[in-house]
Amino acid sequence: MNVAIECRGVRLQAGARVLVDALDLRVDVGSRWVVLGPNGAGKSTLLATLAGARRADGGVVLLDGRPVEHWDVQALAAQRALLPDGWLDPFTASVLDTVLTARYRLGEADEHGSRVAAEWLARFDCAALPQRDVRSLSRGERQRVAIATALSQEAPLLLLDEPIAHQDPRHQALVVDELARLDGHTIIASLHDLNAAVRMATHALLLSGRGDWIAGTAAEVLTAERLSALFDAPIDRLQIAPDRQFFAVRAPR
Amino acid sequence: MHSLPPQRVLAGLALAALASFALALATGSVPGVLSALLDSSQGAGARSAVLWQLRLPRALSAFAAGGLLALAGGLLQALLRNPLADAYVLGVSGGAAVGAMLALLAGSGLLGMQAGSALGAFATLAALFLLARRAFFGRLHSAARVAEEASTAVLLTGVMLAAFAAALLSLLLALAPDAQMRSIMFWLLGDLAGATDLRAALAALVVLALLLLVATTQARPLNLLLRGDLQAFVQGVDVRRVRRRLVLVSALATATAVTLAGAVGFVGFVAPHVMRRLVGNDQRVLLPASALGGAVLVLLADTLARTAVAPLQLPVGVLTALIGVPVFISLVRRL
Repeated sequence: MNVAIECRGVRLQAGARVLVDALDLRVDVGSRWVVLGPNGAGKSTLLATLAGARRADGGVVLLDGRPVEHWDVQALAAQRALLPDGWLDPFTASVLDTVLTARYRLGEADEHGSRVAAEWLARFDCAALPQRDVRSLSRGERQRVAIATALSQEAPLLLLDEPIAHQDPRHQALVVDELARLDGHTIIASLHDLNAAVRMATHALLLSGRGDWIAGTAAEVLTAERLSALFDAPIDRLQIAPDRQFFAVRAPR
Repeated sequence: MHSLPPQRVLAGLALAALASFALALATGSVPGVLSALLDSSQGAGARSAVLWQLRLPRALSAFAAGGLLALAGGLLQALLRNPLADAYVLGVSGGAAVGAMLALLAGSGLLGMQAGSALGAFATLAALFLLARRAFFGRLHSAARVAEEASTAVLLTGVMLAAFAAALLSLLLALAPDAQMRSIMFWLLGDLAGATDLRAALAALVVLALLLLVATTQARPLNLLLRGDLQAFVQGVDVRRVRRRLVLVSALATATAVTLAGAVGFVGFVAPHVMRRLVGNDQRVLLPASALGGAVLVLLADTLARTAVAPLQLPVGVLTALIGVPVFISLVRRL
């Protein structure tokens, strides 16, 4: 298997506090990783580091075998896209124009831009939105537009910071299933919803926020015991059907 | 989301520019100035002198100053992601006035005042970006909420710098000899009565053209920068480089304009605001449209300023402020 992105001894700090220490991670092409951890554990920091937007406080991040900080900004844009944990819409703009910002790296003469944007918008149930003002959207709609934007960049590696934020139950399922169905993409997504995580992940990374971490296949890592320890709350795993399981949190201590 | 086609708006603005030039050259206390071009009879010489030595330099100066201020305003608004930013609001014009005033009180002539105002504009922008450096050139990956607060911090810092410059100016005015009071007052309000140097006006036009060219080459990345530094970086924009270039362009534009016309306020804020409603927010169209719109606005305002209560002349800055303040307040109310 080809490696899409790799961490070697990566340390992440918030000031003097060590969030993640000596992280060794190999993300194979085509795999779907979920990153889980309590609030403030460093999930967003990790994604920003993988994206090359901040330097690791130790160790190295290798994208396609090369340290991510050695990449040219435009070449990097062809390799990975990031769904940030929020958005800024200081001025009015149409949804279509907003999605098309993702096509920047392809230059002015990008004849496929509108078609690609429309396709991704449609897949995330935003087919009716292209001409709307982004500032008039609900948060859930705006979030799905942001996901379509990340995908319109047509980068094989997707770094997604809480992709299902603000989604109603139907759209949660839709977003998770669409992401799981993507072809030729590698995904690293931070999530807070354990059931969404089980639904889409092939692999999982647990961050405690105190330096230690656990990485492995979803089956190995997403167990009631490990998740209970991670979130410091008793979590039960209910097997509903042979291929369906459900995590429920009991009252925390 | 209805914007007019950009070609039509730009063509309309170009026509408006020509019309306002004709109006500016034709109106004033001496009639028949334009026809002096075709006239060889007695007295035509004096009228043609009015045209070449007074009205044309002044009209070109007004046009260039308006274009430069609007360009600087449009860039600052995009860089700060805030439609309220403007060289005047951020204290840059005030800083330029302090510089000019210091030069005047030190006994230097017009050239010294112009150098002083340019230095003042640069010093204020430098102070603004140093004071608000963390907010403005800070971490790429700050959350959207943090970025929004940072832009507000830069804006508030600018407003305080403007207040500080105003206090310094009052201090200098109190110290200034009475004989100079009136000319100082006019300069502070923004005045084009002294703009009679054709070469200076043409040089300012060239500066405007060059800066507009640089700004439009950065308009595509600027479109992305509007939606957040992290987002722009991820999509392939070299955020810091684009920022540095455009801050420099807006500083040069403001310094040139203030040197030419004094502290004319609110143009940099009104012109991009009006144009944004006409052409939308694509910086590739908005920047040239704002520059043209601001140029026409100041040219018309100056023509009005020197004819409305003739033979008295009003400072053009009074008129732009009378237009600008209501627009500013109406925009704040809708934010």
